[in-house]
Amino acid sequence: MIEVKVKGCAGSFTIDAAFEAEAGVTSLFGQSGAGKSSITNMIAGHLRPDEGRIVVDGHVLFDSRQNINLPVSRRRIGHVFQDARLFPHLSVRSNLTFARWAGRRRETRSFDEVVALLGMEAFLDRKPAGLSGGERQRVAIGRALLSAPRLLLMDEPLASLDQGRKAEILPYLDRLRSEAGIPVLYVSHAMEEVARLSRTLVVVSHGRTIAYGPVADVLARVDLGKATGRHEAGALLEGRVSGVDRTWGLSSIDLGEGRTVQVPGLEAVQGELIRLRIRARDVAIAVQRPEGLSIRNVLSGIVQEISDEKGPYCEILCSIGSQYLRARLTRVSAAELNLKQGFSVYLLIKSVAIDRRQRAPLYADARENPVKV
Amino acid sequence: MEYLQLQPQEWQALMLTLKVASVALVSVLPVAVFVAYALARWRFPGHGFVNALVHMPLVLPPVVTGFLLLLAFGRSGPFGRFLSETFGFSFAFNWTGAALAAAVMAFPLIVRPIRLAFEAVDPKLEEAAMSLGAGKVVTFVVVTLPLALPGILGGAVLGFAKAMGEFGATITFVSNIPGETRTLALALYTATQTPAGDLAAFRLTLISAFVAFAALIVSEIWARNLKRRIGAVYD
Repeated sequence: MIEVKVKGCAGSFTIDAAFEAEAGVTSLFGQSGAGKSSITNMIAGHLRPDEGRIVVDGHVLFDSRQNINLPVSRRRIGHVFQDARLFPHLSVRSNLTFARWAGRRRETRSFDEVVALLGMEAFLDRKPAGLSGGERQRVAIGRALLSAPRLLLMDEPLASLDQGRKAEILPYLDRLRSEAGIPVLYVSHAMEEVARLSRTLVVVSHGRTIAYGPVADVLARVDLGKATGRHEAGALLEGRVSGVDRTWGLSSIDLGEGRTVQVPGLEAVQGELIRLRIRARDVAIAVQRPEGLSIRNVLSGIVQEISDEKGPYCEILCSIGSQYLRARLTRVSAAELNLKQGFSVYLLIKSVAIDRRQRAPLYADARENPVKV
Repeated sequence: MEYLQLQPQEWQALMLTLKVASVALVSVLPVAVFVAYALARWRFPGHGFVNALVHMPLVLPPVVTGFLLLLAFGRSGPFGRFLSETFGFSFAFNWTGAALAAAVMAFPLIVRPIRLAFEAVDPKLEEAAMSLGAGKVVTFVVVTLPLALPGILGGAVLGFAKAMGEFGATITFVSNIPGETRTLALALYTATQTPAGDLAAFRLTLISAFVAFAALIVSEIWARNLKRRIGAVYD
């Protein structure tokens, strides 16, 4: 549905990006200054690539060989900016309907539906100056949705908000993801948001796209540690909620093949598919099944890969059935345990490490129809 | 009470001044908005030259500006002859000439605040408008122009005040003809040149001051209204 292959310059920076993505949320992930914004600007039409091709939903927006370069106003990309960019002289209502009265676009979803989806009923007749940061960002998302876009391009929509405001918006993004029905390109440097929302992950580093594919597969790659950031490195586990224990406030997640993890909190609904992000630094490894331990989640797995690093740490990728987990250890412990590829090990995860921010409901169809690359 | 009644020639000068200043402002404002926008947003060869040209009437002695207008638009000037031969129209020695002189003199004062206002409009908002399907012209009309409106109003007030009080260029270009080109400023000057004209001069001074003060008050109320409608600009 999205096909991007661009080369070009942004200042002294060279951009060389290529990726494809299907429906759903595709995240463009990279550290600050990795060149995400330049790629975004090329897709939106604010920056002209030297060569390449951009196709969205079968429509060619840019093709250097055929000399096609649609102007911004005709690309039909719903651009949500980090700084909202609401028109200060117009009411929220006029901002939302801007594409209709100023852009002559015929909206593809009803105004009332979008207002309800983003919970904007209460401030439709206010001016943007009277809104909180989170409310402004919701209006910006709604305004983009009502412009009949072929692609929703969200450029760090949460980056300028504080933690509380982020938590306020994330549920709306979850709803959007499952209800919007248009592809979303989500640009972010926050692993937490990316792991929660995306189906396809594109990793950007030094202006180049260095990997793309289904999010769990990309996150399982140990060689991308530098681009994704050591501190936030981790893997995704997907499973179904199999039980909710009200006495102790824990939910059980069935990972398949007889493996279960327990996570704190009771918001989950029995039978719901959910996605957990487990950071590598929250995982420990044992070679024998440990006993007398406070850690509740002990999963058996097989060592697949050990990173080749010089520093005090190393990273171990283990398979747990068909899924992956990453563990970050000191190099000396890995050596003392004599870990090698193919060894059976036990992975220990503290339940408290899997807090609310590290998990999200999953696409209902994500496991049945994995994204093809 | 008689003192409060305007005498016919005072009334004539006042109405003429308002007519000259209004016509000057209305005809020069669109040009000023265009030039201000071009100077604020476009980078073109000769940008500095155009900028200097716009400011010339501000730094030249008004008499020089008036004389240059006379050379260009007088009966034997190139533009003057062209206009009278093609359209049968002339600026020379009538109130339209006074309006032209006032417009030229007010031009730099009108352009400056408008240019600053355009520069203060965030181009990112224009990008957002275009991403929502608005073309360049529509974006200008529904985003840029409304956001620059306080600055345009400021320029207009300044320009109107300047046009009301214009003296040097007017008297040089179109002379001092009662009922045709004798505006308040020129009438005041005439009164000071007349023996025992002090009282007349003082009355004209009061009239000028009153008109200027009223214009300021009206524009202030208007500006406040406008700001409320646009809403405080958020960061």
